[in-house]
Amino acid sequence: MAKLTNWRVMAFVAGLGMAGAAGADPALVFDLGGKFDKSFNEAAYSGAQRWVSETGGSYREIEMQSEAQREQALRRLAETGSNPIVMTGFAFGNVLNEVAPDYPDTKFVIIDMVVEQPNVRSVVFQEHEGSYLVGMLAAMASRSGTVGFIGGMDIPLIRKFACGYVQGARAVNPDAVIIQNMTGTTPAAWNDPVKGSELARAQIAQGADVIYAAAGGTGVGVLQTAADEGILSIGVDSNQNHLHPGKVLTSMLKRVDNAVYNALSQGKAVESGFFVMGLANGGVGYALDEHNEALITADMQATVDEATDSIAGGALVVHDYMSDNACPVE
Amino acid sequence: MRELPQWVDVIVVPVVSLLLAAVISALVILAIGEDPVLALQTMVSGALGSSYGWGYTLYYTTNFIFTGLAVSVAFQARLFNIGGEGQAMVGGLGLALACLYLPLPHWILALPVAMLAAFIFGAAWAALPAWLQARRGSHVVITTIMFNFIAAALLNYLLVNALRPPDSMDPATAQFPGGTHLPTLADLFAVFGIGFAKSAPVNVSLIVALAACFGVWLLMWRTRLGFALRAYGNSETAASYAGISPYRMIMVAMLISGGLSGCMAINNVMGEAERLVLNATEGAGFIGIAVALMGRSHPVGVILAALLFGFLFQGGAELALWTSIPRELIVVIQALVILFTGALDNMVRGGIGFVRDVAHTLREAPERQGKG
Repeated sequence: MAKLTNWRVMAFVAGLGMAGAAGADPALVFDLGGKFDKSFNEAAYSGAQRWVSETGGSYREIEMQSEAQREQALRRLAETGSNPIVMTGFAFGNVLNEVAPDYPDTKFVIIDMVVEQPNVRSVVFQEHEGSYLVGMLAAMASRSGTVGFIGGMDIPLIRKFACGYVQGARAVNPDAVIIQNMTGTTPAAWNDPVKGSELARAQIAQGADVIYAAAGGTGVGVLQTAADEGILSIGVDSNQNHLHPGKVLTSMLKRVDNAVYNALSQGKAVESGFFVMGLANGGVGYALDEHNEALITADMQATVDEATDSIAGGALVVHDYMSDNACPVE
Repeated sequence: MRELPQWVDVIVVPVVSLLLAAVISALVILAIGEDPVLALQTMVSGALGSSYGWGYTLYYTTNFIFTGLAVSVAFQARLFNIGGEGQAMVGGLGLALACLYLPLPHWILALPVAMLAAFIFGAAWAALPAWLQARRGSHVVITTIMFNFIAAALLNYLLVNALRPPDSMDPATAQFPGGTHLPTLADLFAVFGIGFAKSAPVNVSLIVALAACFGVWLLMWRTRLGFALRAYGNSETAASYAGISPYRMIMVAMLISGGLSGCMAINNVMGEAERLVLNATEGAGFIGIAVALMGRSHPVGVILAALLFGFLFQGGAELALWTSIPRELIVVIQALVILFTGALDNMVRGGIGFVRDVAHTLREAPERQGKG
């Protein structure tokens, strides 16, 4: 409660336009999906919670509600002394590039985007590598030879997921049929479980028996329908295996939680620069726990682990959609 | 019940509606264990307590003035244009194309050119639903809603596949060239030596928006065309009898409406982001409906209602920023205001009329006794 009161006092100080109140807590800014999206933002949240429970520290958090708020939130947090300021999502890129030089003493951490400023730490993930692995698992688990992919919006980031997935599926089954759908064209597509459920049904009707959802909160509906219809699904970003134990084949892990945890742990001393989180350094991967161990056979695991090693070692290169805005396979 | 005097209708009814919305919001905030007084203070000081807060409040206000005006022009002709969102998106597209591909060295030139492009694109997006309504009788409410989705799909496709710089991950156009940068209110005030928060996004578009309000007032109440539009809105048969073409009225009202929605882009796309992002309109087209309803489809009312919603948006953002009130609740508060000022308007009006009638009766009662 004392912490809360302190915030409120600061709110008034800031509200009166008297910037610069002392407050050394780090801050975490969630993108428009909201922090409980069971996926990307929630991974960031759980990383921060892990830091809180281990260190007993406190941090401030804000959920974005509009585009114009981005700059506002960053400036206000910087002016009230939050340090470091961690934000999730590529949409902050442009704004941060303008804001960061104005607060040279504040450290910023941006996830999913590269911002070249001396006080910014940019963390990007090799989602195509993790998607490749779950694509392999999907094709191996599929009996029909048809697997599905459901994305949120048709944006480059999601094409990157899809491209890695298709490459992985084709690697184990060159004849695999991959059905791809996007949920929508408005930002509501990231949080539309009903539509996700409809798309999953449509893909099942076309023969898909494993469906990978890379669609934020929409994926909850995909996983639910897959479980109801008795087929397998693949979660994304966070470990979603527990949502339907025994029905979720695996989850493509994007360790946003680790990125946030590391940033908060290092505090003001957080190292700036450009960090790529891939298979080699545990930034992405696939989830294996008590909920899906019965689904992943020893053979499957061996194949995937072999691929993991060769990707990590550089022997196998998964094509990154972002590198040339094209995917070699459909 | 007799008719309420105009000042009651215009001032007392909205104020009572707002108070009711505030009281219920306060109860909701109490119910989740937060302090409503503190919440109100946070909203007021955050939205109106500094030039910085005003800068954001007026930025949102500018958006809502354009979309509110758009809805109210169509509403004067009894057309319910729900497509403000899509028209504003496509207007943004037109503006972005103008800013990116036309040589515009200075904002004095860039503003009218970009605004014209935004107007034309927005109007074009309203033209097809208008034509379908006028010639085929397809209800404009349905078609404009559908056009919102088509606009979103079009924009998504173009931003991802055509307008996005190849090395960027973000589905957005490149940054507009420097010549198209609009001066912020801080820049304008600096000319007169008045200090204003530099980082606030409010810009010269606010003045354009106010000018547009005056323009709409002139058009609707001081020109023959405006008279024809309002006559058509009040009675189609009477207007037809008087020689006013319903086809022409529907087309004109919707084109102006779509164009005004499109013009919102000079604020959010050109003034704030200075590039076209996927999620640029953020529901301002829909808020415009509430603004027009609350503003009684009159430009002055639209300005006041837009200011109120600007306050709610910025105040709501401050609530989310500085208290632990969840953001869903802020939507609830905004919805309550819309509910009371828009949908439950007649309830408040009836209540006020009833109170007045009772007061009237009580006042007269002793007089009658005296006479008896």
